[in-house]
Amino acid sequence: MTCQDHKDLMMAYLDDELNEEQRRAFEEHLASCPDCAKDMEEFKRLKQMTDCVAFVEPEDRVWNEYWNHVYNRIERGTGWILFSLAAMALLIYGGFLLIETIIADPAVGVLLKIGLLALLAGLAILFVSVLRERIYFWSRDRYRDVRR
Amino acid sequence: MALCDSGQSPREAFEVIVKRHMKDAYLIALGLVGNREDALELSQEAFYRAYKHYDQLNSKGKFFPWFYQILRNLCFSHLRKRRVRRNYESQMDDGGPHTSDCDCSSQSAVRNRQPIELNDHFDPEVVAERNEAKDRIWRAISQLDEKHREVIILRHFQNLSYEEMAKLLFCNQGTVTSRLFYARQRLKEILDHEMSSPDPESGVWGPQKGGQTS
Repeated sequence: MTCQDHKDLMMAYLDDELNEEQRRAFEEHLASCPDCAKDMEEFKRLKQMTDCVAFVEPEDRVWNEYWNHVYNRIERGTGWILFSLAAMALLIYGGFLLIETIIADPAVGVLLKIGLLALLAGLAILFVSVLRERIYFWSRDRYRDVRR
Repeated sequence: MALCDSGQSPREAFEVIVKRHMKDAYLIALGLVGNREDALELSQEAFYRAYKHYDQLNSKGKFFPWFYQILRNLCFSHLRKRRVRRNYESQMDDGGPHTSDCDCSSQSAVRNRQPIELNDHFDPEVVAERNEAKDRIWRAISQLDEKHREVIILRHFQNLSYEEMAKLLFCNQGTVTSRLFYARQRLKEILDHEMSSPDPESGVWGPQKGGQTS
């Protein structure tokens, strides 16, 4: 085994993750390799210092209120979904009524009616086109199940 | 997978899950983003997203590894946004946005600059029983890149075994060992670099073991 291989074992040795046999073999290497022994000493020191650092735990009040904050988000999320769906439905319905009224109104000029219908037809074509493109690429995306 | 399988409402069942994992979630987020407010916000947002997508969880026993992916992605994305905002602000301070041609300074200059930007948001007050040596370590941890900081936090602050870390990180134990090696190597370099600048209190990485000041 090279020193590089032993460097990989160094972390496991440091964190007490080696079995007895690996530990003994690694200690034999340490005894015969001053470079690895020096590295080991430095890593040990670093580990001791890092292990001394801990975070301040927040006061109990924070934990008591924690769930309420999460629940508020859940509740608001549901609220937003309902609100968005209802707003969309109302907008579509209102738009439909408005267009129907304009088309049925004899006072409105034919040119305006044709323009309005062309606008709606254009929007519909754009919507269908974008939707078809999305579905096409989604169905052929080999990475869609890859965790990002 | 259904959230309520023992006569509880989904809300009650999820409340139990949140209460079981909230401390770990908060402390991991704190290690990754470095300040209390962001850590609370991001850990709570992660629970909300976990609730929303609970049906994507395959097995009840695997909640925390699955949840951890949501949490870490949120934290990393938050750090990226913070970095972009910070870069934009510093460009503005330097007299307006630079074109890509102007940004062709050496890569090492960019690398040297990034830790300082990250460091600004890492609050030293989050460390318990602060002293000079602990502050120095926390500062150095804040300068690690995300993947390396993550393994240091999981190992030293969460006391996870390699096996547990491998489960959380969806990788094998060899990868965990290798990341830990490079993370600690980098930590040593940062501390060495800091100590090479003149400092009256310098020992090797600060006051010697046992001689820490409270």
